[in-house]
Amino acid sequence: MTANTADTFPRISTVGYDGLLVSFADAMAEPSNRAALAFRNAVDTAAWDGVIETSASLASAYLRFDPDKLPRAEIQDKVQHLLAQQNWLEAPLPTGRRLWRVPTVYGGELAPQLNEAAAAAGLDPVEAIRRLSDTKVRVLTIGFAPGQPYLGPLGPEFNIPRLKELTPMVPEGALVLAISQFVLFSGPTPTGWRHVGQTAFRCFRPDGPQSFALKPGDEMQFLPISRDELEAIRANNSDGTGGATCEEIAG
Amino acid sequence: MSLIVHRIGPACTIQDQGRVGYLDQGLSRSGAADLQALHEGAVLLGQSPQLAALEMAGMGGEFEATQPLGIALTGAPMQASIDGAPVVWNASHQMEAGQRLVIGAVTRGTYGYLHVSGGVASKSFLGSRSAHLTAKIGKTVQAGDTLPANSGPPVRGMRLTLGNRFSGGVLRVIASFQTPLFDQETLDRFAQTEFRRGSRANRMGMQLDSEGEGFAAQGQLNILSEVITPGDIQMTGTGNPFILLPECQTTGGYPRIATVLPCDLPRAAQTPAGGKIRFEFVSLDEATTLQTAYSAELARLPGRVEPLVRDPHDIPDLLSYQLIGGMISATD
Repeated sequence: MTANTADTFPRISTVGYDGLLVSFADAMAEPSNRAALAFRNAVDTAAWDGVIETSASLASAYLRFDPDKLPRAEIQDKVQHLLAQQNWLEAPLPTGRRLWRVPTVYGGELAPQLNEAAAAAGLDPVEAIRRLSDTKVRVLTIGFAPGQPYLGPLGPEFNIPRLKELTPMVPEGALVLAISQFVLFSGPTPTGWRHVGQTAFRCFRPDGPQSFALKPGDEMQFLPISRDELEAIRANNSDGTGGATCEEIAG
Repeated sequence: MSLIVHRIGPACTIQDQGRVGYLDQGLSRSGAADLQALHEGAVLLGQSPQLAALEMAGMGGEFEATQPLGIALTGAPMQASIDGAPVVWNASHQMEAGQRLVIGAVTRGTYGYLHVSGGVASKSFLGSRSAHLTAKIGKTVQAGDTLPANSGPPVRGMRLTLGNRFSGGVLRVIASFQTPLFDQETLDRFAQTEFRRGSRANRMGMQLDSEGEGFAAQGQLNILSEVITPGDIQMTGTGNPFILLPECQTTGGYPRIATVLPCDLPRAAQTPAGGKIRFEFVSLDEATTLQTAYSAELARLPGRVEPLVRDPHDIPDLLSYQLIGGMISATD
């Protein structure tokens, strides 16, 4: 068996025939996500001949390569050498990150599981909305569907499990919560996460000049608005921004 | 140049090699389910395997050439005719303006391909013409649509004689980063089990059925979501395997027991419902040898193309042909 089972991190393991996974932890934590983003950026910057594409997930960086151009032993050496150059858990976040502030309706008919999520967190709904809307969350990774971010971390009180029964369908722009993370859905989908907020923000804009709104490492904040305000935004949302503002994060 | 679509099956999409470089944005590659078929169509028409073709799942359609147009038919064999005369699969044919190509149901396998000389010239998105239905990129082709074709040269009928990759069989797999989540007993049982392709199958993945208990990983429900690649064999909550295909999700929390080698993925995708599949673990070194041999075989494809000579058995109504023109009747 060639897949590595050692418990030490960072850990290099194989992904199918033409991939490597560099993992910094086997659970989601802020430093390991930062390490994954930074290491993935370092691989992109190194631009090794034979690397086809890269991505970063919650706590790992993935490299897909052409084994004819870049033999497995060679890319393993390169990865190990790059890993040894610094403590990636202390790496700074990527530059060029942005903060998105997204108008959001919490609770009510548009986001019917807010009260349930607040109760699971041991909070009353007003306090839950205050904490959720005060928190700036990071795009930890983008995946599952095009442009769709996993966002976190939220406070430990929001480490609530996924539902056993799937909600049959939540709409595009739904803000859902579980395990101290949000997901902002890029399309209608069934989910086991609790639907706590509704936005008009489109993560995937295939007809726009920029197909994907977000980048891993960006930050988001979901500011409470009324349903009427959201309807007004929806009436004038051809660009898909959903009334969000975007600013560069300094440094 | 173009083909007018008069009738079409329910699951036909335009596909090329897929869209690379958007994994970090949650967008999987898509591309033809049987990438080998794109290479075969390319050598039959003397063009690049990067060009787009029409992928037809299970059922083809009826297509009219607006101008003279070279075509090729590859992948899962389907009944096909031009203006009522049967035409050979794994071959190229010249269509004249107004002629109708009718492609029926698959006779073996799942995905047939219609290639046009010059390639299907539909709109490209992020560097590829591949539809990705789960990502809402592109659509299934509908009756009334026109398939635009780049201008290509007229074709001479050519054919390829190929092995059968349309009935399942033994798929070679390699261990992947989540394989160690399964204990050795489960891995051994997995490698000894005969599976049948289930009825739940599309371009995202195909379900496999087997007798006996499922194949669960340890701590199955607490696994961190990680990268997914086409060919991964993913276990659902009940331990039922799915082979993931070009429109798979990019990350997921269900564990993957192994990954099908790229050289065996066309055969995996082509397995018809009910087709038997077994898995054989190979080492990375063996995988490299198998992949290298496969690449060499693809590189040799152009040398295997032969002129298409019409077999008298393929001509439907021999009596309508004047086989002995000029002969004088014995009774005259």
